Amino acid sequence: MSQAVIAVALVWVAAAGTAVVLTRDPLRQAFTAGFFGLALAFFYLSLQAGDVALSQIVVGAIALPLIVLLSLAKVRKDRE
Amino acid sequence: MNRRARLVFFAVAAAALAATLGVGLAGLPSFGAQVSAYARMLNEVAPGQRHVTDVVSAIGFDYRGIDTLFEEFILLSAVAGISVLLRPLSDETRRLPQDKAPDRTIPPPSPAVWLLAVFLSSLLLLTGLETVTHGQLTPGGGFQGGVVLASGLFVVYLGTNYTTVERFQPNALLEASDGLGASGYAFIGLLGLLAGVSYLSNVVNLGITGDAVSSGTIQLLNVVVGVEVAGGFAILASEFLDQTAVVRTRQR
Repeated sequence: MSQAVIAVALVWVAAAGTAVVLTRDPLRQAFTAGFFGLALAFFYLSLQAGDVALSQIVVGAIALPLIVLLSLAKVRKDRE
Repeated sequence: MNRRARLVFFAVAAAALAATLGVGLAGLPSFGAQVSAYARMLNEVAPGQRHVTDVVSAIGFDYRGIDTLFEEFILLSAVAGISVLLRPLSDETRRLPQDKAPDRTIPPPSPAVWLLAVFLSSLLLLTGLETVTHGQLTPGGGFQGGVVLASGLFVVYLGTNYTTVERFQPNALLEASDGLGASGYAFIGLLGLLAGVSYLSNVVNLGITGDAVSSGTIQLLNVVVGVEVAGGFAILASEFLDQTAVVRTRQR
């Protein structure tokens, strides 16, 4: 059973990682990167590393997309 | 350096990297292998020695507490560095441009968004406090809970506007909590010296394993780290939001 969960998590991580690379627009990339962070968190959880999974969620799905989005907003405002 | 020399340089460097990486990867334990002897030992002794149910917290804040102390100061200096980098420069101003149509009505955010923000931010506040204070019992702790607490503030920003958020996130208080949290870690470490043992020794009453207040300095350290991380991430967001919403090039 746990093997199946780990397999699902690995496939999800691979798919999400590929999606991040294939997304060329930085704005959309911020969102795909957030989902990639969630996939990694699920992977850590499937390996029973709850603490690491929580850290991954707060950094990968909250802090990183937020800072990327705000930086993009700043760059676009300056260009106008 | 011409193209050829660069290619040769790359080939040598890539071959060296491939060789070292290959040797390293070949020496890794296989996927899903049994945990190391050190991990087995800590799983065995930590609940008895430190009265925790989350051994990871005991490692982070006790057995390897000095590492976490340095990590705290990495975060503190990163936040300080961001604040210095993102200050308004000499050719920038924080003053808003004159409103050319002051009598126009700006539609407020829709009640649905506002309600969602109120609901989510209170939920995040509760989850953050729970994660910080139960670090020794369940997965999570000061760092994770601190970011969740700070994200409660981000949700308020999403549901209202930046001026509302600025009204109740006084920068002085956030900076003070960032610094107090970091120095609190160093001072809790001093308790060990005061008790006549080594720095960061767990000298506070350990309580009963599984109680809401237990594990001695592990819980105290989680709380100060939570205060520091919440302050630090809120400063981080407000510096970036300042750059986006307030700071603009001075008109000449």
